[in-house]
Amino acid sequence: MEVNFWNKELEALDREALRKLQLRRLKETIKQALKTTFYKKRLKEVNINSPDDIKSLEDLKNIPFTTKDDLRQCYPQGLLAVNLDEVVRIHTSSGTTGVPTVIYHTREDINDWTDLVARCIVATGATKKDIFQNMMSYGMFTGGLGLHYGAERVGMMVIPIGGGNTKRQIQLMKDFKTTVLHITPSYILHIHSRLEECGVTLKDLSLKKAYLGAEPYSENTRKKAEALFGIDAYNSYGLSEMNGPGVSFECVYKCGMHTWEDAYILEIINPKTGQELGEEKEGEIVFTTLSRRATPILRYRTRDLAFVYKGSCKCKRTHRRLSRITGRTDDMLIINGVNVYPSQIEEVVMRIPEVGTNYMIHLEKDGSLDKLIVKVEIYSKMFTGDVAALDKLKEKIKDDLRASIIINPVLELHEPGSLPIFEGKAKRVVDLRTKL
Amino acid sequence: MKITQISVFLENRKGRLYEVCSLLGKNKINIRALTIAETPEFGILRIVVDKPQEAIKVLKNNGFTANLTDIVAVEVEDKPGGLAGILKVLSIGDINVEYMYGFLEKSSDKALLVFRFEEPDKAIKILRKNKVKVINKGDIVNL
Repeated sequence: MEVNFWNKELEALDREALRKLQLRRLKETIKQALKTTFYKKRLKEVNINSPDDIKSLEDLKNIPFTTKDDLRQCYPQGLLAVNLDEVVRIHTSSGTTGVPTVIYHTREDINDWTDLVARCIVATGATKKDIFQNMMSYGMFTGGLGLHYGAERVGMMVIPIGGGNTKRQIQLMKDFKTTVLHITPSYILHIHSRLEECGVTLKDLSLKKAYLGAEPYSENTRKKAEALFGIDAYNSYGLSEMNGPGVSFECVYKCGMHTWEDAYILEIINPKTGQELGEEKEGEIVFTTLSRRATPILRYRTRDLAFVYKGSCKCKRTHRRLSRITGRTDDMLIINGVNVYPSQIEEVVMRIPEVGTNYMIHLEKDGSLDKLIVKVEIYSKMFTGDVAALDKLKEKIKDDLRASIIINPVLELHEPGSLPIFEGKAKRVVDLRTKL
Repeated sequence: MKITQISVFLENRKGRLYEVCSLLGKNKINIRALTIAETPEFGILRIVVDKPQEAIKVLKNNGFTANLTDIVAVEVEDKPGGLAGILKVLSIGDINVEYMYGFLEKSSDKALLVFRFEEPDKAIKILRKNKVKVINKGDIVNL
């Protein structure tokens, strides 16, 4: 397989040199952090008053974790490390779950971020010849602008349509022979279900690749998207606190996401004890920024769960590979005392070919017990008109779910297109138990 | 001769059957026979229409999940024992009926019934051999 690099020197830097670079950049980050009101106080508590107090990468462990709540407390300027006139852009979180958070970027910050995204794009084998349709929302959400800048830097022709408006998306894909999509996994499946009514077949499209991100999804969903369109789908991971997309991305070998360790220090910890975990052990991802001037963040607890793969990648990149996100420390559902992650349910329903492109998880109270209702759309091409076949399908999904999550769900079959459509991040879990 | 039936997957949702029927009506497609197989949360609407190819196109373009099935329509004498006579012939011929239902109208003193067989060709042969009138595709339009 052909392996391309955007910045081979950094992407294939040997681990020893990479660690030296990390230490140097960590010191710079500490220097910036000490300029913020928040970290000045926090670092003083652990006797770090100057970058020289960091002697090795091991010293990072003495720094307390930064949480989402810390970022909220810092809103709006507690984490600002430069003069405001150095700042060229901000991204804030939506604040739907409470106080918003904000990340400031200097021109150099944006430049570095753009370069990281360009690396990701080139790692998937895409080139300036590709036509890139960016279906992630623009604006405050980092998914749209992040990939947009990176794709332009690579030299692709960018179609900056943003999210939503499915008919127009399909029309543009056809008219401009789009070869690469940036899209959420739920939306790519939805687009496929709308092709027929738009009178578009796969032959009318020139699609080769899709970058899937912004929400956790299963390997079966990737396989489904790849099979439906006949394309390669690459996993993308990022979070606005760490710029946005461009933190971790799969290369052509699709065996975990290379995390750019010259720009971030990656740790996986046990979310309960805070202890660092070894390779192949699933835990919470913790990031430290290494090349950000305006908003340095130290040991940020992402609440995303994943593990680091063992060994090296065939592409020769030395940056370690992160597994797909298997869940979040805060999205675990406790159903009749059993711990269930929504991703386990997705894993089951998406491997069944008769299941269409959308599903929902509902939780209700049934007396004192919890009731799990899994709603799936059927795949219209698999519909035979036979009641017995649909009953059999229901039983199969129920059996598979029971085997995977121990809980016996109520299963509902729905018409394609009848469940809520998510053009941005999907919200597939509806928990009605707390409201009773 | 086999004729074409359309099966439509329907959630048990208020107004969903109306939506199918009004869509067909708007497109000047006439329903000749109809039945619904129902389960607690979904149903399958089975219809025989005068223009099946047009009907399935219209349904799919409007987001309905539908497919085509071959069925056999036969004429039955509208008198006690009429249906029993046909079922006897089928039973002797070792033909299994998956499901059946009646037409909405009748053109004469005969009743029309729709059958879904596992082996429609074999069933038609046996019915014809026993002088049971099997309705042709063209007849559906003219009924």
